[in-house]
Amino acid sequence: MGHSEPILKVSNLNVSLGSQKVVEDLDLEVEEGKAVAVIGPNGAGKTTLFRALLGMIPYQGIVQWRPKVRIGYVPQRMEIETDVPLTVREFLQLRQTKNFTEEKAREALKSVLLEEKLLDSGLGEISVGQRQRILIAWALLGKPEVLLFDEPTADIDISGQESIYQLVHHLQDRFHLTIILISHDLNVVYRYAEQVLCLNHRKICFGPPQEVLSPEQMQKLYGGHHTFFHHLESHQHH
Amino acid sequence: MLSIYMQLLTAIFVSAAASLLGVFAILKRMSLVGDALSHVALPGIALALVFHANPTLGALLFLFAAVIGIWLLEFKSALSVDTIVGIFFTASLALGSLLISDLELLEALLGDINSLTEADVWLSVILSSAIIAALWIIHKKLALHMVSPEMAHSIGIQSKKIELAYLFLFALGVALGIKFVGALLMGALIIIPAAAAKNIARSLTGFMALSIVAGIFSSVLGVYFSNLYQLSPGPIFILSGTAIFVLSLFWRSLFKSY
Repeated sequence: MGHSEPILKVSNLNVSLGSQKVVEDLDLEVEEGKAVAVIGPNGAGKTTLFRALLGMIPYQGIVQWRPKVRIGYVPQRMEIETDVPLTVREFLQLRQTKNFTEEKAREALKSVLLEEKLLDSGLGEISVGQRQRILIAWALLGKPEVLLFDEPTADIDISGQESIYQLVHHLQDRFHLTIILISHDLNVVYRYAEQVLCLNHRKICFGPPQEVLSPEQMQKLYGGHHTFFHHLESHQHH
Repeated sequence: MLSIYMQLLTAIFVSAAASLLGVFAILKRMSLVGDALSHVALPGIALALVFHANPTLGALLFLFAAVIGIWLLEFKSALSVDTIVGIFFTASLALGSLLISDLELLEALLGDINSLTEADVWLSVILSSAIIAALWIIHKKLALHMVSPEMAHSIGIQSKKIELAYLFLFALGVALGIKFVGALLMGALIIIPAAAAKNIARSLTGFMALSIVAGIFSSVLGVYFSNLYQLSPGPIFILSGTAIFVLSLFWRSLFKSY
């Protein structure tokens, strides 16, 4: 497997927002079927990296996806008003998937373990966790080979977050997805990621989490953020 | 003078197009921008009058220029679009008022459906239908772009193009409505029906349908009462629309539990 062409090859990527360099000289290769976590402190350029990978913002350097690869994107959150007149069903229809049927809408909800009756609910009135799953279902409608998943943070409670990872992990197995996920939780990185990219504008480290997440690397990445050492030590003791 | 039936025909088509435009203005949360944008028509009308050209054409040219300005600002500037639009578009209202004679100013500000010719009526009907048709064709992309630009982008929707298309339709709608309700109240013709519909609707389809119904209903009332009491239809339209909005607020507090 290691000899196959990577599904994503990034070389010498530089992204600036205004006068500020947000991503610098980044090289990265992602192999098919792998789960790669991107970690780093707030403002380290994680979401910006995603946006560059998706071609949403201008960048310098090379972002080379395997030709014709289908990419699904799950943004960190969706800023919508609670009373927006848009049902979940309509939101799925907005994707304009070819041959979209009621059956496909139901299947999409089932694949993210939501009840069918949610189709008639307003997109703004369901919980943040449910909406996150709808975003995943939405991405899955495009039958993606790669899923870019920007982790929801503060607004989902721990148990909700945990189950979203289990779900994503399950989907990875079921659909043979390559997953690139932005994570703020080292527990998640240890449990679900095969490789981790530590990003603080530049690449600080890259490799399997057990190998590259040393306390020294963490200090370099987060600048002596003690909570992460705790995390780390408890993992290394296991 | 235009017969009441011709007035109604104009009012119904123009307000249907305007209230459908309003749905997306509200989804995009640009009610204020939309309102201020309608003021830009005024200096256009003024200059057209000075040069003896068609006022609607003058309004349209200025609106298109303003729309391109907004569009560029949205993608280029770090300044808030609201602030810039609020200042410059209100300034253009002031400029327009200085350039126009008092009588014409009143008509440009408040509209006069009676001053329409029969040709104007048919042009309004055709262009309003074109706006409605165009909005219907792009409504899914438009709604997605307005609800989540990121998701729209991820499936290859060209946000800039769809946004520009919408803004042009918006400008066209404003130009059409100015004869009816005037530059001062045109923003309200677009926003009020949609704002009322949003209080009641749960789905996008319902939102669009209710907005059109509220718009048409208000405009019919506007024309009817203006003929009955020899008043200007614009303000009556806005007042009936506002009454519907207040009713929709009651509905919302009773039936929308969030």
